[in-house]
Amino acid sequence: MDISLIHINIMPYHASSLPLVKLVNNGKVCAPRIRNLLGDREASITPKQTHPTSLRFSWRISSSFSSSATESRPIMEDEMKKMERFDSDSAASLLKELRGTFASGKTKSYEWRVQQLKNMIKMIDDNERAIMEALQQDLAKPRFESFVSEISLTKAACNHALKELKHWMKPEKAKTAITTFPSSAEIVSEPFGIVLIISAWNYPFLLSLDPVVGAIAAGNSVVLKPSEISPATSSLLAKLLEDYLDSSAVRVVEGAVAETTALLEQKWDKILYTGNGKVGRIVMAAAAKHLTPVILELGGKSPVVVDSNVNLKVSARRIAAGKWGCNNGQACIAPDYIITTKAYAPTLIDGLKNILEEFFGKDPLESKDLSRIVNSNHFSRLAKLLDEDKVSGKIVHGGQRDETRLMIAPTILLDVPEDSLIMNEEIFGPLLPIITVDKVEDSFDIIKSRSKPLAAYLFTSSKKLEKEFVENISAGGMLINDTVVHLTNPSLPFGGVGESGIGSYHGKFSFDAFSHKKAVLYRSLYGDAPVRYPPYTPGKLRILRAILDGSIIGAILALIGFGKKKLE
Amino acid sequence: MTVAEFGLGERLGELRRTFQSGTTRSLAWRKAQLQALLNLVRDNEEQIFQVVHEDLGKHPVEAFRDESPLPLAFFPATAELLPEPLGVVLIFSCWNFPISLALEPLIGAISAGNAALIKPSEMAPACSSFLARVIPRYLDNKAIKVIEGGPETGAKLLEEKWDKIFFTGSPRVGRIIMSAAAKHLTPVTLELGGKCPVILDTRLSSSELEVAIKRIAWGKWGLCNGQSCVGVDYILVEEKFAPTLIDLLKKSIDQFYGRKAKDFKDLTRIVNRHHFERLHNLIKDPAVSDSIVHGGQVDKERMFIEPTILLDPPLEAEIMTEEIFGPFLPIITLKNIEESIEFVSSRPKPLVLYAFTKDETLKRLVLSRTSSGSVTFNDIAVQFMSDDLPFGGIGQSGLGKYHGKFSFEAFTHEKAVLRRNFIFDLESRYPPWSDFKLNFIRLLYKYDYFGIILLFLGLKG
Repeated sequence: MDISLIHINIMPYHASSLPLVKLVNNGKVCAPRIRNLLGDREASITPKQTHPTSLRFSWRISSSFSSSATESRPIMEDEMKKMERFDSDSAASLLKELRGTFASGKTKSYEWRVQQLKNMIKMIDDNERAIMEALQQDLAKPRFESFVSEISLTKAACNHALKELKHWMKPEKAKTAITTFPSSAEIVSEPFGIVLIISAWNYPFLLSLDPVVGAIAAGNSVVLKPSEISPATSSLLAKLLEDYLDSSAVRVVEGAVAETTALLEQKWDKILYTGNGKVGRIVMAAAAKHLTPVILELGGKSPVVVDSNVNLKVSARRIAAGKWGCNNGQACIAPDYIITTKAYAPTLIDGLKNILEEFFGKDPLESKDLSRIVNSNHFSRLAKLLDEDKVSGKIVHGGQRDETRLMIAPTILLDVPEDSLIMNEEIFGPLLPIITVDKVEDSFDIIKSRSKPLAAYLFTSSKKLEKEFVENISAGGMLINDTVVHLTNPSLPFGGVGESGIGSYHGKFSFDAFSHKKAVLYRSLYGDAPVRYPPYTPGKLRILRAILDGSIIGAILALIGFGKKKLE
Repeated sequence: MTVAEFGLGERLGELRRTFQSGTTRSLAWRKAQLQALLNLVRDNEEQIFQVVHEDLGKHPVEAFRDESPLPLAFFPATAELLPEPLGVVLIFSCWNFPISLALEPLIGAISAGNAALIKPSEMAPACSSFLARVIPRYLDNKAIKVIEGGPETGAKLLEEKWDKIFFTGSPRVGRIIMSAAAKHLTPVTLELGGKCPVILDTRLSSSELEVAIKRIAWGKWGLCNGQSCVGVDYILVEEKFAPTLIDLLKKSIDQFYGRKAKDFKDLTRIVNRHHFERLHNLIKDPAVSDSIVHGGQVDKERMFIEPTILLDPPLEAEIMTEEIFGPFLPIITLKNIEESIEFVSSRPKPLVLYAFTKDETLKRLVLSRTSSGSVTFNDIAVQFMSDDLPFGGIGQSGLGKYHGKFSFEAFTHEKAVLRRNFIFDLESRYPPWSDFKLNFIRLLYKYDYFGIILLFLGLKG
């Protein structure tokens, strides 16, 4: 009995899985405990909410126990069928099946795409409560946040696609060159084929389905791999997509590193990954083997520059909403750090403190409106950032934490050193360092000396500063006098540059991201001018030079024998 | 010149500093560089013919047609989507069109305001050293540099961090480039090749057929003697038409090159010994050589290969599994032409699919049931000349696109910029959140999702 193989270490934290956590703490695993565990597991996690790690868990057990232990548990047996380990072979056969569907041409039809998008809206409407509960379970995400930033945005993406799809699918007319006259040309959007979407845990619903909407709208077959770090949402997505969408073309594979690796070994026609740069590199290197194009939605340290001439109340509110009102800082476009002038910093800090009390009360750890940290790994990562010697003394507000509930209060730090950990990795949590400079323009050099962020924010009333900021700072997206909301604008592409990612999506850009733009040129079969064909003569060179120079007059001159010298 | 002689680190540092200084971003700089590039091509036309001839034995007309890139001036700017240069870009060009495949991407890189390093292919050495010699004379040497060298130089270059890599060449090297780029999260454009098929539907009038076949012949042998990524690789045709097709192809060859094609200077020679041997080996397989119905003569000394037609070579032979990139033209016969759809779609996606047909049903099938970088009906390679059409592959044939404004876009990051003021903010955007706020929002959502989101975020009054 080789129980040591159990992957308990990646068991996610949540209240109902305490027995499992306890087992990890005990370290050793023995038969009676496992029997207990099975009992607890069954009691604590309903079949609907089984998540991949626990599935694998019981599979391991089933392989090493007598069958009588499981026979008495019909639910378990049923689950076990589903949880056969997803390996390279399963990935290959899944792809084969999807390729069959794609080859049939079904997913290319306008009707199929529309039906799937409509089904997705129905799926969201029917299951709003379940979605909110899953998000509550994974992240303690406030219902309001779930509604606005996960459910509504996903639905909005569906509706937008439904409204625009016909228009998007229309071939785009293109001009043709004089060299190819007479002809007509167009650019046809065709689906890539089978796409893989690997999503993230911080907005586990939105970041999973938003790209799926684009992939379906463009007529692809899709495999979605939700993040194992938000297991409740992951398994909910698996169930819902199977129930509501065409499962011959749209599938969910749950799992962690092993499953993702198995998926990445396959040949996909496009991969969209949302997450961090480290895994982004792995994804791209895997894609390179098959020459698969990738979209990498990564993160980075998104700076907020605050000028001293701003409306303090509005600015502080918008910064605070972007930082702590979006999953408590666990968002890829959340403000990471602030740069402001030495003189203005105290005012800004006061403004932020006031607004924080307004938002989350005197004791933010008790607020229902603040998400918790996703798991204990991330909690200790953030704690480490705060506890670094040169940083711990810089806290000017907040700093409270509760490890058992994985809560960290909104925390502001002033003048942390440039070489501290907190200034050298994406924070992705409720800590907000403020860097001070003499003149606000000095902020540009700080931002430019770092890798390009996903978003850059500026608060100012100065048009001049705004112009310089927009021209000089490179970032995926840019927002003046607010934070985060550019994400909601479907007419703007969302995506990074440099370290913050490759490619973009949202709205029409999602459709384009999953479409190959096929150039199509129609020619007639009228005879050609002999200039085109060998044998080549000097006269032919003159005519060709003229045509290619784009000079129609020159072409005519050359044709009638003028232009003995080089035509200009 | 080795990488050490070139002083890669130092030069790269200079490129980066130039880019950081903002010089390359100005419209004036871009225009001046494009004009200089144009001058470069005009002033050195004779020399371009010469070096291309030296490397490939290309005829000047062919060289001029294929090697003279056209400038473009495309600087869109909207308030909300701001095109910004990516930074310092690396361009690997290819030997078959050694000048244009280096300068075309460079035009895109300059138009978009980047600093660039070009590594021309070492397989066309005369062209490579020509570029290394003249580019510094014409262009801003602080922002645009050329490095010469072979695979070791390429490998060294790939260790560095670039903001974009543009590569033209084979899928094998394309994979290496992309894996290396992954380490630095560098976006890539890969212009690869593949076997570009011609579907020849013979339901055409005899004069139309003649034009079609002439174009096919030109698309095979007139484009660098088959050594072109958009050249014809093989023809799919109905069995019963094969004899006529062969006759007409022969006629075109005669017309173009005379009876002794080997001696003709209008024909491009094979680029180097390595490729000559590779091609020669393709027809050494007896099953393949038996299928030769025309040509097949080679001149080892001068590395010429005669225009060669093969009828139904075995499909599993290398000539039908690898990109030919040379003057062999296999004809594959089918019972009926609709089978061509299945034939093409069961193979790796080509860079271009050519179809000669007037039948609307077949056109529709081609468009909807096959996938390729581009499709051209009733002609060969001309799509390459249209600046309004993107040029690029899919799957095995490449990743990303360029030409015209697409070149500009290939070297540009479209920065989303949204501007706000301090005036309007809706209270319900902010915590603490209550059921009232939730219901209020929910109610509003029922009417207009985006409008309400905007309203809710205070973006809309």
